[in-house]
Amino acid sequence: MNATKSDLLRFTTAGSVDDGKSTLIGRLLYDSKSVFEDQISSIKKTSERKGLEHIDLSLLTDGLKDEREQGITIDVAYRYFSTPKRKFIIADTPGHIQYTRNMVTGASTANLALILIDARKGVIEQTRRHSFIASLLQIPHVLVCVNKMDLVDYDEKVYESIVEDYRDFASKLDIQDFHFIPISALLGDNVVNKSENMSWYGGATLLYTLETIQVANDYNHLDTRFPIQTVIRPHNSEYHDFRGYAGRLVSGIIRQNDDIMVLPSGLTSKVKALHTPNEQNVNEVFAPQSIVVELADDIDISRGDMIIKENNQPLALQEFDAMICWLDNKPMNLGAKYTIRHTTKEAKSIIKEIVYKIEISTLQRLENETNLQMNDIARIKLKTTSQIMHDSYRKNRFTGSFVLVEEVSNNTVAAGMII
Amino acid sequence: MNYRLSHLDELESESIYILREAFAQFQNPCILFSGGKDSIVVSYLAAKAFYPAKIPFPLVHIDTGHNFQETLDYRDSLVEKFGASLIVGSVQQTIDEGKVVEEKGHNASRNRAQTTTLLDTIEQYKFDAAIGGARRDEEKARAKERFFSHRDEFGQWDPKNQRPELWNIFNGKKQMGEHFRIFPISNWTEMDIWMYIKEKNIPLPSLYFSHKRECIRRDDSILAYSSYLNLKEGEKPEEMVVRFRTIGDLTITGAVESDADTLELIINEVATARQTERGTRSDDLRSESSMEDRKKEGYF
Ligand SMILES: Nc1nc2c(ncn2[C@@H]2O[C@H](COP(=O)(O)OP(=O)(O)O)[C@@H](O)[C@H]2O)c(=O)[nH]1
Repeated sequence: MNATKSDLLRFTTAGSVDDGKSTLIGRLLYDSKSVFEDQISSIKKTSERKGLEHIDLSLLTDGLKDEREQGITIDVAYRYFSTPKRKFIIADTPGHIQYTRNMVTGASTANLALILIDARKGVIEQTRRHSFIASLLQIPHVLVCVNKMDLVDYDEKVYESIVEDYRDFASKLDIQDFHFIPISALLGDNVVNKSENMSWYGGATLLYTLETIQVANDYNHLDTRFPIQTVIRPHNSEYHDFRGYAGRLVSGIIRQNDDIMVLPSGLTSKVKALHTPNEQNVNEVFAPQSIVVELADDIDISRGDMIIKENNQPLALQEFDAMICWLDNKPMNLGAKYTIRHTTKEAKSIIKEIVYKIEISTLQRLENETNLQMNDIARIKLKTTSQIMHDSYRKNRFTGSFVLVEEVSNNTVAAGMII
Repeated sequence: MNYRLSHLDELESESIYILREAFAQFQNPCILFSGGKDSIVVSYLAAKAFYPAKIPFPLVHIDTGHNFQETLDYRDSLVEKFGASLIVGSVQQTIDEGKVVEEKGHNASRNRAQTTTLLDTIEQYKFDAAIGGARRDEEKARAKERFFSHRDEFGQWDPKNQRPELWNIFNGKKQMGEHFRIFPISNWTEMDIWMYIKEKNIPLPSLYFSHKRECIRRDDSILAYSSYLNLKEGEKPEEMVVRFRTIGDLTITGAVESDADTLELIINEVATARQTERGTRSDDLRSESSMEDRKKEGYF
């Protein structure tokens, strides 16, 4: 079932209500044999109780009780399946207009966005919304599935005109890599098996595309950024002088004997030793490995500092512009203090100004706004109490992203991407 | 050079990142150690995350008093191997102190009582984060669980009020009296766990491998026969060749008939399995939402 050397693809799914998202995921899980008999018998029972004639595959992806009763998905749920080629993690996010925040959450860790369009409806507001979020969050690959092809007689013209509409709209967005596939989630056409009803379609099936899309290059291996999580000091005789800087290398590569610089202090040193979870003293480490670094000099480094190469430095600023998505029920408070969490660092911050708010469905910029509600997306100016060592989000998803935390409730209230 | 991680290496790296965040963001975390393969993997990951220092958290075992001896032996050898400290919370004591009433009847289990002991232990030792081995693929209610799961001062989980988690930024901020559950292996599946155990040569309690045992059949389950089990009329222990897919309280952990006595054979079996591993646990069969109900009360 699984080859050990398979890799990992994280994708997010989006579509508006009734586009067939749950049915599609249910089918991927079912056809890849990731569904067990007890799960099937449980959804069978539920389907019968609801008076349905067929097993409702969409029930496989309905998570919590309240939602099951309301019949809607209201949060991000994670699903897993694997094929011999790859392991997949699906961040399944709801399609309701008001849940932009969940789509943003799901998109933040995805390599690929799967966008569903109902063939009878074509590109609608929700499609534009999802695609905008995929672009804003810089998901490297977008896969557009035109679903319910069975309901339009598998007509090539319908498909082609939707693809054309979509390309037209997407040309205004910042998306690197597109794919289009005509499918029927309910009947299985082009999901796992090639459709006999659409011989005009020469491309790959959905599963094949998911299995073969190149994701290795989605990690930035050019800009070395190593935010320190914690310092390991064993305090025993064998490792008396050991001082290891532990963390996840979020981008780039580090080699033994490399000259490095520590920010914000600017002190420099050399890499004495590198360790991975499985091997002590390796020559080279790369993102996204969790590593331990020992340096040649005894310098003062703690959580929140960043190890980089002197000739390739991030920006270190206390005032910058960012796109944010407001996540909380409580509206944003201009001029109030929020805690910013960025890489492993924490500081206080103030939102100085809303430059503009984006009307997502039209991509229009609304100026002179003073207020942000849950699900709003805006460009803001942020001021922080200490320097934030960052890259633009476009260049680096890990050093370009942050969250804001409200001081009283401790809730995570905003997701930010530095411009 | 191809800078690419296998999916297991990527999951490992993510889990170690979470464990280090737990250490850095909390004053006094602990690892909830059940003796099952998932908490065993979490303990090994913790050992790697802080090497060459020792695991900086105590292992907490909530002891239902209905243990397989193999689990206790394994637990003690693991604690010794890692030089970790062990804290045992006793469900028997919770019952003796009258904080919960022991369930009666044939399907009696100490599962509910376990929640009280767990919350008491957390309070007694002032743990502000309890690291667990739950995975999102285990059960529907877990699919939306966060890596950093916030619990109110009563230890309860509110599925509607969980903090969004984006990128690799985790928010462990809390008020006095609140605590977090942390799940470093959220993104692993049962298959990932088995493959990892094999790849890293992690020893397991013998219960996971096929062996002969006195069992009884009840409804669709096979339960290990022991003095803790209240037999129904007509139930008779018989010798069977079985293994366990999860390990917990002796009275509710179902066995499967199996000849798989090596990791290869177990992996083959898991690959073709027709039942989820929790499908063999009678506590989850009580109602469709039973796991979710127990989670809200503060169960793992
Ligand atoms: N005919 C047809 N119906 C479909 C297809 N995909 C989904 N449906 C139906 O559309 C309805 C909504 O599907 P569901 O998966 O619940 O949509 P969701 O709200 O996007 O998750 C259900 O009645 C499905 O059976 C398809 O490819 N063809």
